[in-house]
Amino acid sequence: MAQKHPEDRHPMLDQLSQLWRNRTAVAGLVVIIVFILCGIFAPALSPHDPIDVALYDQLKPPAWSEGGSTKNILGTDDLGRDILSRIIYGARVSLLVALVSVGLAFCFGTIIGSISGYYKGRLDDIVMRGIDIILSFPYILLAIVVVAYLGPSLQNAMLAIAITYVPRFARIVRASVLEESEKDYVMAARAIGARDLRIIFVAILPNCMGPLIVQTTLSFASAILDAAALSFLGLGAQPPTPEWGADIARSRALILRASWVMTFPGLAILGAVLGFNLLGDGLRDALDPRLRD
Amino acid sequence: MAAYILRRILILIPTLLGVSIIIFFMLHLTPGDPAELLLGERASDEALKNLREHLGLNKPLYVQYGLFLKRLVTLDLGETIWTRQKVWVEIRQRFPATIELSVTALMISCTLGMIFGIISATKQYSAFDYLSMLGALAGVSMPIFWLGLVFMLIFSVNLGWLPISGRLSVGVDLEVVTNFYILDAVITKNGPALRDALWHLIMPAFTLSTIPTAIVARMTRSSMLEVLRQDYIKTAKAKGLSQFKVIFKHALRNALIPVVTTIGLQFGVLLGGAILTETIFAWPGVGKWMYDAVMQRDYMVIQNGTLFIAGLFVIINLGVDVLYALINPRISIK
Repeated sequence: MAQKHPEDRHPMLDQLSQLWRNRTAVAGLVVIIVFILCGIFAPALSPHDPIDVALYDQLKPPAWSEGGSTKNILGTDDLGRDILSRIIYGARVSLLVALVSVGLAFCFGTIIGSISGYYKGRLDDIVMRGIDIILSFPYILLAIVVVAYLGPSLQNAMLAIAITYVPRFARIVRASVLEESEKDYVMAARAIGARDLRIIFVAILPNCMGPLIVQTTLSFASAILDAAALSFLGLGAQPPTPEWGADIARSRALILRASWVMTFPGLAILGAVLGFNLLGDGLRDALDPRLRD
Repeated sequence: MAAYILRRILILIPTLLGVSIIIFFMLHLTPGDPAELLLGERASDEALKNLREHLGLNKPLYVQYGLFLKRLVTLDLGETIWTRQKVWVEIRQRFPATIELSVTALMISCTLGMIFGIISATKQYSAFDYLSMLGALAGVSMPIFWLGLVFMLIFSVNLGWLPISGRLSVGVDLEVVTNFYILDAVITKNGPALRDALWHLIMPAFTLSTIPTAIVARMTRSSMLEVLRQDYIKTAKAKGLSQFKVIFKHALRNALIPVVTTIGLQFGVLLGGAILTETIFAWPGVGKWMYDAVMQRDYMVIQNGTLFIAGLFVIINLGVDVLYALINPRISIK
């Protein structure tokens, strides 16, 4: 058997091992996995039904404070619903919203960006101008306006977030495709008669995955944050859906009486977003050496 | 240079036009027309017809867009639907509140962000560096609408140090000149009002500054590290200059170039974040106004307010780009 040279290792292995050595990135990954598991196994993990109203158990404080009981570890809200259960189910909602909106933005952004970067010229100018226009709406305002027009619902919030995220994917893919399409292997592919679509999606795009993966991870973080903000404003998830942002909005009226109702959903948002940001930063260090500092 | 600025200004026109097209058609192409949105599903046909006529909704879309543009060019932003106020009048009253809040938040972000960034870079891999960068990451990940409520709970409800919401306490007299309350209090030499206005500003401004502070700190650190590795810094150190001089006289200047761009871009984050912050703290600015308009479906305010904010944002970005070209001699302008 031929001896293995270090050069024979797939570069991805190096990147993975580098990621593994980055303790903060691994911590982020662990946090994300915990939230994903919560989302998937929510019915098994949560002690109570998240939307079951229990009027005898209104505003019970967390178990460790006076008057709390182990029945509702994180306490209950003004309708007697178990906060821990709502947070566990909330992971499902938030992750799903992030998955759908980032997924949509990823697909459309990649298609738009690769076509724009590959064909260049007039088409590129027009597409990039359009992207600039979307980017000239301040963060979250466009999403608010879209939902305000379409009507408040979780689906529309996802759609709105997807629209606002298309530009960042389109720009990254375009820049990578512009760079890659000058290289010899693309010329080789063209010489053997490959069609444009094949060149873009089979030859070029796999080589642009690094920055795309980084952007996707970081977008998951901001999508969770934006979806929570929209729901907080009453434009996303509608009651009685267990959603972290919406639960914080409900708790505003209780700030004088029951601070625990607002504390835990906020910590859940912070934790989930932090997890994706930690992993995103680690991935950037591993996959995108140009951005390393 | 002049050609570059001129070209950037010319690009502004199609961008603003595109913004207006998006805002206009988004409203008019969504299912259900504004009249139905306003009056609800059970409105009588006659009422709908009257309102459509009043708002000009019975004309073809391109005519409506034309009229919309014509009004914009003459800076006529129309009236709000419910209160029948001129949109301009509302903006003039509310915009200073938003600017007061955003600029204060931006000042906090620049100061704190740069201090933490510089110290972290000069003491790379120290405990301070790790902690402040972890803090910055938490800051970027912070749901500020929640943080604002936490601040409220701690500083207003529990400690009673800061007022819970609004811009001025009931019973504090202030002669309004510019609608910038801080400025007004200074102009009219009104000490108690100045104190009160500043007191009200603290919590919302810190809430709003969270994300930009974190971003500026991270940017300053990485930019500073980049510069500190360069040869001329080694030379400066070899010459025996003090650490202070090396950092503040030699390194900081070049390190700040990308930071300035970052700071400029934070205006968008601030204007967006202002919607959340103002809503929580009942701060009577443009953000709260937009939120109320969304809740009441006042599409005139949504449409024209969005246009105003987006237009402002485009112009600020243009300013930042030009400034960037001016302070960075290395950028080549073709």
